[in-house]
Amino acid sequence: MTEMTMVQALNAGLRRAMESDPRVLLMGEDIGPLGGVFRVTDGLQKDFGEQRVVDTPLAESGIVGTAVGLAMRGYRPVVEIQFDGFVYPAFDQIVTMVAKHHYRSGGITPMPIVIRIPYGGGIGAVEHHSESPEAYFAHTPGLRVLTPGDAAEAYVTIQQAIACDDPVIYLEPKRRYWDRVEVDDVSAISGGPWTSRVLRQGIDVTLVGYGPMVRTMLEVAEAATEEGWDCSVIDLRTLSPLDLDPVFDDVRRTGRCVVIHEAPTVLGIGAEVAARVMKECFFHLEAPVERVGGAFIPYPPNRYEKHYLPTADRILDAIEQVMSA
Amino acid sequence: MTEDFVQLLTPNGEFRPHLDYPLEPDADLLRALYRDIVLTRRNDVESTALQRTGELGLWCPVLGQEGIQVGAGHAMRRDDYGFTTYREVGLFQVRGVDPVELLQLYRGNSHASWDLTRVGLGLFTIVIGSHALHSVGYAMGIQRDGADQAVLSCFGDGATSTGDVHEAMVFAATYAAPVVFLVQNNQWAISVPVSRQAHAPLVQRAAGYGIPSVRIDGNDVLAGLAVTRVALDHAREGGGPTFIEAMTYRRGAHTTSDDPTRYRAETEVEHWAALDPLDRLTRYMESAGALDEAFVASVQAEADAMGERIRGAIRGMPDPDPVGMFNAVYAEPHPQVEADRQAFIAASTGQLP
Ligand SMILES: Cc1ncc(C[n+]2csc(CCOP(=O)(O)OP(=O)(O)O)c2C)c(N)n1
Ligand SMILES: [Mg+2]
Repeated sequence: MTEMTMVQALNAGLRRAMESDPRVLLMGEDIGPLGGVFRVTDGLQKDFGEQRVVDTPLAESGIVGTAVGLAMRGYRPVVEIQFDGFVYPAFDQIVTMVAKHHYRSGGITPMPIVIRIPYGGGIGAVEHHSESPEAYFAHTPGLRVLTPGDAAEAYVTIQQAIACDDPVIYLEPKRRYWDRVEVDDVSAISGGPWTSRVLRQGIDVTLVGYGPMVRTMLEVAEAATEEGWDCSVIDLRTLSPLDLDPVFDDVRRTGRCVVIHEAPTVLGIGAEVAARVMKECFFHLEAPVERVGGAFIPYPPNRYEKHYLPTADRILDAIEQVMSA
Repeated sequence: MTEDFVQLLTPNGEFRPHLDYPLEPDADLLRALYRDIVLTRRNDVESTALQRTGELGLWCPVLGQEGIQVGAGHAMRRDDYGFTTYREVGLFQVRGVDPVELLQLYRGNSHASWDLTRVGLGLFTIVIGSHALHSVGYAMGIQRDGADQAVLSCFGDGATSTGDVHEAMVFAATYAAPVVFLVQNNQWAISVPVSRQAHAPLVQRAAGYGIPSVRIDGNDVLAGLAVTRVALDHAREGGGPTFIEAMTYRRGAHTTSDDPTRYRAETEVEHWAALDPLDRLTRYMESAGALDEAFVASVQAEADAMGERIRGAIRGMPDPDPVGMFNAVYAEPHPQVEADRQAFIAASTGQLP
């Protein structure tokens, strides 16, 4: 076990993946000597060389499009998009080509590409640096979507994503980049990342979220005990496929569910979770499923973000809401 | 540097007239250029300091690039229109963007708050390259209006790799749009050197689109002015687009979050510091007798006053009214935004929905 930040854990995970498979290569803007703007690739170009850690021209469509070609040629490209707001120039390649290629080829050509995207707000950034685009990708058949909740998860799931033969949109909650936890960097990796994780079991309310909201949910669950509410906390971890059986099991016990994400609530991941919980747990529900998320506005200037983001207070309000229904 | 580029003012401050780019710099013009460079530089210093003390979230330094920016700004007519990135602080200065308005963006109070029509500049674009297309579209509008105007489209060397810039050049050439592409080749796109964006001088790229191009000394404010003016005139007269590559250098960090020591040598910065745009203008003005002490002191006083005003306005600037974040999402009423606004107000006044 080693204590690491999420940045360090991702760096270590990438390093291990590159060591164990020579076809893994990294591509992105500023990922070479600079080590990426968040330093996730720090030192990797020095150790693996410029053929495997590729500083690219400034062109996201170019990066992802050439990654497609490299994948066709048998490589396993891991692409870094510098910030969430800059993935859109590559959106056409991702949605039209990366997602569909295996299907179009009748299953002959896999697309083992990982697209790493630092996402989410809460760091006081300027425009285009705080967005949560997960629903676009999760809504696109052919893509898998993963998002780690802490450093230990990041270390393991980045390697699993790289080992996966399908394209994976790998969303890194940037405001948790500098959180430290103990990471098991010794044991062999077992299982797969395509399941949700029950982090805490309570009897009153099931909190469901992912990525940056994992820590928030755990803090809220702590705070809620003071109100006498005993919360379960479930980290979805994989947004495509969704693994909701543990959520259904839990909600059948608690009868109440609150789904939380930073992205706008309208037509977000929470809408899918709520619809399925309603169908699967209908006769167990004590209250309608509540959602806490972004308002239906573009990500606002950062002085507003404490009002925009799902804070502990807003989540506690939602818990109160389902508890008093 | 012995590059093949247009230079009117040598680093030593000697004026060399150019046949293709005529300019007779009188004292008034020189003083106006001097003033704008000094004020831009002061804005840069003040803003960097405000970022350091936590009053701003970020700042994008401009040190070293003021020559081309101020020169190009003076080449524009009042009713020409400009599209920029975050870097064009010198152009903002010339066009009259209030630094306090600009800094509200970096403080996180707004996404942009200057009056677009007053300063004749589009909102600056952080998503690299995309505004090159907007520039061309705007220019196509000018064409349809039969107006005597042109567009200046500024972007960096890194931006030239984007699909949007490529597409912008195709459209501009196809429609002979009245637009001037001004690339500030400051040698770096964060940590990536221009050699990674282009295997041949950027100025050569334009030929493939059928767009005339010229490389200029970007640290020479007079070349910036003279060449951009000719290009804008050409565009207004129906001659179509021009591509200008201004050779310059970002002497500061990419942004206040960046650490350039990780990717470039200090000697490179020193090399370019010796080519400073203000130094050479100062030398020339001194030799031409256009820079007297009283004038220098008055610009200094103006810069001091501006600095004080910026500090006074930004330090402790209150956060905006939270409900304001729901404003202006749509031009016409949208029930979802209204519902969210009402829910927000209810929650913040303690009512559960
Ligand atoms: C589409 C897009 N991708 C990535 C970024 C992140 N980014 C911000 S500035 C920058 C470098 C820009 O370089 P250049 O165009 O040369 O302009 P300069 O900063 O040198 O003025 C990058 C990669 C971005 N803003 N937009
Ligand atoms: Mg540049």
